[in-house]
Amino acid sequence: MAERELKKKQATERTDEEVDEVPASSAAGEKLKAELDDLLDEIDEVLEDNAEEFVRNYVQKGGE
Amino acid sequence: MAIAKVCGIETEYGIQVVNGDPNPIAASSVLINAYARDVARQQTGWDFEDEAPGNDARGEVKEGAMPPLVETHLVNTVLTNGARYYVDHAHPEFSSPECRDALEAVRYDRAGEAIVVRSMEAADASLHDGSHLVVYKNNSDGKGNSYGCHENYLMDRETPFSRIVAGISPHFVTRQLYCGAGKVGSETAFHEGGSVDFQLSQRAEFFEEQVGLETTLKRPIVNTRDEPHADPHRYRRLHVIVGDANLAEVATFLKLGTTSLVLAMIEDDVSPSRSLALADPVRAIHAVAVDRTFSQPLQMADGSTATALGIQWELYSVARKYADDRGLDCLGEAEIGDAILDRWEQVLNGLETDPSTLSRQVDWVAKLHLLEAYRGRHGCGWDDPRMAAVDLQYHDLRPSRSLFARLDTEKLVTEASVASAVVDPPRTTRAWFRGQCLKRWPASVATANWDSLVFDLGSDPLRRVPMMDPLKGTAEHVEALLDSCSSPAELVDRLSS
Repeated sequence: MAERELKKKQATERTDEEVDEVPASSAAGEKLKAELDDLLDEIDEVLEDNAEEFVRNYVQKGGE
Repeated sequence: MAIAKVCGIETEYGIQVVNGDPNPIAASSVLINAYARDVARQQTGWDFEDEAPGNDARGEVKEGAMPPLVETHLVNTVLTNGARYYVDHAHPEFSSPECRDALEAVRYDRAGEAIVVRSMEAADASLHDGSHLVVYKNNSDGKGNSYGCHENYLMDRETPFSRIVAGISPHFVTRQLYCGAGKVGSETAFHEGGSVDFQLSQRAEFFEEQVGLETTLKRPIVNTRDEPHADPHRYRRLHVIVGDANLAEVATFLKLGTTSLVLAMIEDDVSPSRSLALADPVRAIHAVAVDRTFSQPLQMADGSTATALGIQWELYSVARKYADDRGLDCLGEAEIGDAILDRWEQVLNGLETDPSTLSRQVDWVAKLHLLEAYRGRHGCGWDDPRMAAVDLQYHDLRPSRSLFARLDTEKLVTEASVASAVVDPPRTTRAWFRGQCLKRWPASVATANWDSLVFDLGSDPLRRVPMMDPLKGTAEHVEALLDSCSSPAELVDRLSS
């Protein structure tokens, strides 16, 4: 158990360091935001036009 | 010693007809026939000789239990990669060939997706009435109808089934923390009264029993179907119905990898020092699915409580020690076992510190990230149909429409290796013999199934070649033999002499 705690702790520290780096560089933050915007633009483009009808029409029979 | 954890994945896909006859059985048949006829150019059928899905691992058949019907009249093909591709009830299903390890299972799961994509293209080209087919790799229609993604694991027949049930149940209840595919809202009575915006799992809320034979009604967390498709005196095939279909490769790898590892520990009778038996596994699996803190206390059978993440950490730490003590040869090459443990630890750490760091590895995190971003831009609530549409379209397999494909998720297998898995069988299980015979002598293989091939050599009677051991018939065992045979008749003669 002690060993596990140690591993958890080390990994936690690692993760924290990585997270800290993001706000340290506003350029990286801007890049992430731009990427997300591009992704959302793309989703707006490919998402089925009439969401309500699209979701309503998707009916499956139970399987297995 | 735990035996080799040969494994495989059966995926039932959702299917939708746009602008045409909505009959899903007809649509699934069109889809699979188009592939067999126009892409694979092969029509070897399935042999139903050994199908017995009504056999119960508990050795008894519960009154009122309904074994699934075996539908022998629907399209049913065997592919050169060793897989079975067929119509199951009202869904197209791809059953991967037997794989020696979790990474190989990821590769063949991806090959199944590639086959479905090619099938859609071939089917659409053959439909001249303006209709087309759309296939989804998900597990529910959002209206209370669910279809499965099943896993199979080879187990030692000597391991008592009751020990498997006890040992695997806590894992099945909690592995959704990183194996869940995510879902907007809820669709069963279990969450009535409480508003559920998002669940970790597509499937969790459809489970109503801890143990049972059924797969379509009163679904059990541990399924008792006892149909080994191998020597029944030596082997059991654990048929797992509790999982979600994953698109993220790391999630698939962990689903198969961690489950293989926990099953190996059960075979070797290694268990946590503290009992992980839940007081009510069914209630727990529902509760875990709607708890994004992973810290809601679950009632344990011994009166104590534990959290879902705590149970996973406990299983992980026993597994790490088990690996140190005994090695993980049963999971494949050394790097596979190491990767399973390292990635398991990484996702548990990620869940504990900041789940959003797992958006490249875990489906529900990736989907939630997408939904939150979409909500942020459009200001819509969780009950807005556009949220359900984003959820559904995450699973759309058409490259032009798939939302999953637009995300930068982590890959474990190369596209080239997936392309080869579309046509070539795995080299390290009996699937190699099945696939190679179909490749080399398609006209002479009359039918095939998991544990035998039936050859039509042009003279009566048909000759059945049994393959009762999933670890025999590998490339290592029979490649030289196949290479040295100039005809299937020579192969069958030499095998029977």
